[in-house]
Amino acid sequence: MSVMFSIAWTEFKRMFSSPLAWSILAVLQFVLGMIFLVLVQEFIEVIQPETAGMDNAPGVTDTVVAAVYLWAGIIMLAVMPILTMRSFAEERMNGTFTLLRSSPISVTDIVLGKYLGLLLFILLMVVLISLMPLSLQLGTSLDIGKILSSILGLILLLASFAAAGLFISSLSQQPIIAAISSFGLLLFLVVLYISGKSASNGSEIFVYISHFGHFLSFLQGLFQSGDLVYYLLFIIGFLVLTIRKIDNESLQR
Amino acid sequence: MARDVLVQASNLHRHYGQHHAVAGVSIRLQQGEVLGLLGPNGAGKSTTMQILTGNISPASGEITIAGIDLLDDPREAKKHIGYLPEQPPVYRDMTVLEYLRYCAKLHGLRSKNIISAVDFAMQRCGLTDVGKRLIGNLSKGYQQRTGIAQAILHQPSVVILDEPTVGLDPIQINQIRDLIRELGSDHSVILSTHILPEVKIVCDRVQIITQGKTVFEDTLEDLERSHGDPVYLMGFESEIDTQKLSTLEAIDEVESLGFARYKIHFNGQPHMADTLCKLAFTENWKITELTPQSSSLESIFLDLVHQEGQTA
Repeated sequence: MSVMFSIAWTEFKRMFSSPLAWSILAVLQFVLGMIFLVLVQEFIEVIQPETAGMDNAPGVTDTVVAAVYLWAGIIMLAVMPILTMRSFAEERMNGTFTLLRSSPISVTDIVLGKYLGLLLFILLMVVLISLMPLSLQLGTSLDIGKILSSILGLILLLASFAAAGLFISSLSQQPIIAAISSFGLLLFLVVLYISGKSASNGSEIFVYISHFGHFLSFLQGLFQSGDLVYYLLFIIGFLVLTIRKIDNESLQR
Repeated sequence: MARDVLVQASNLHRHYGQHHAVAGVSIRLQQGEVLGLLGPNGAGKSTTMQILTGNISPASGEITIAGIDLLDDPREAKKHIGYLPEQPPVYRDMTVLEYLRYCAKLHGLRSKNIISAVDFAMQRCGLTDVGKRLIGNLSKGYQQRTGIAQAILHQPSVVILDEPTVGLDPIQINQIRDLIRELGSDHSVILSTHILPEVKIVCDRVQIITQGKTVFEDTLEDLERSHGDPVYLMGFESEIDTQKLSTLEAIDEVESLGFARYKIHFNGQPHMADTLCKLAFTENWKITELTPQSSSLESIFLDLVHQEGQTA
């Protein structure tokens, strides 16, 4: 058990010993900062004057905060594969995976350790992203409940990205291949959502399968246990697949 | 007293597609023994070692490490193994200290023992000066040493080293060989190499593998005794009269190598060096060199590998 945590902590620390984590955090913060700025300006100059006096007008939390989290989710489609690609593919390429394989630890410890390391990074990213919408609290009053639900939604969405990316990484020898394949998988799930919502022959089942549909209800401040269960099943499913893949790897085929 | 058998592997098989990489290798290693695995490239040495360390499973065969079945209880068995693969498994973006501490945790060392274990391993492998440097910035030799430090960190009873002296300079090679000898006194060591003199220097027993099969297995002592003529290499300040050497009964043949150096084949009589020196003294030949040469391992190796190559 403690081995799992030391793997997680080392994974987390190692991300910061290369410029990768720093540049991802910097670029992400810059892009989302710009988006946030545009949204806030739009709210002040357009939306607020128009909706003034309306009953039940959409507040800053709906128009700005939810949009920031939605954008964060979209950008992460491209960012998470870069973070997860290293997990197994890079270790294989550098021959360091032997170290883990020869140590007296179980495959479950290895996979969960790496996953926890990614989760730590995800939490850090979400905290940094959340500082922007929360800074609005200085000037106005926010719907904290909605923000918390958005934060939870983003964490769950990214955690599901990480689990899928981890699995793809376990299939691959080369980090780049892992990154491209995970990006493809994540994008495919978004496409499912779009096709499910399409006006001509949309189907609710596609919307249900896609991870994005479940994320959107969190952004609206809706906490449905069905969505939570969806993400948990998604994550557990991919983690189990990863464990099995790594476990079976040493066997004679 | 019978010593404990630490590694007992029998009849290991492993295929890579059509290629039968390991075809029935058995390995037995006693406590305090250094076993050398010899073989040409692609003979199956590395695969055998990967199987012994639980990195890949054999298609068939049994392995027990310190009495624990590796295939049934890999976690317990792996506690007794330290393994240095061909490519040292080091994270280039960590410092030596960070890396070794991480390895110690992976091997389940308690936190109060970690510092002393890391210190000990670093001292033994000569890493004390580079502890705070990034592994990626170190030379190949130091990376190799870091790999060895990682393998001996948790004081395993079996240390498995895959070509440990590759990429080292001659001084480091000597240090590593000394280290392996030292390890051999309280641990058991399996090392693979294709450097024959290395086997002679560090190993107690040798096992030659070609095309996935064990073709020869013996202790070095027996090997020296039973195979090939003993040979001395002698050098003098000036050319000598080889007729006088040949008068000694024990000498079979004297071969001149030029520049007053001679290869002396004899029948294995004890105290031969002494006899040769006395003769040189009475004849007033000035000796510059006297080296016992046992080419037996080399000749066996070449014979066996060559034979196999022809039958294949």
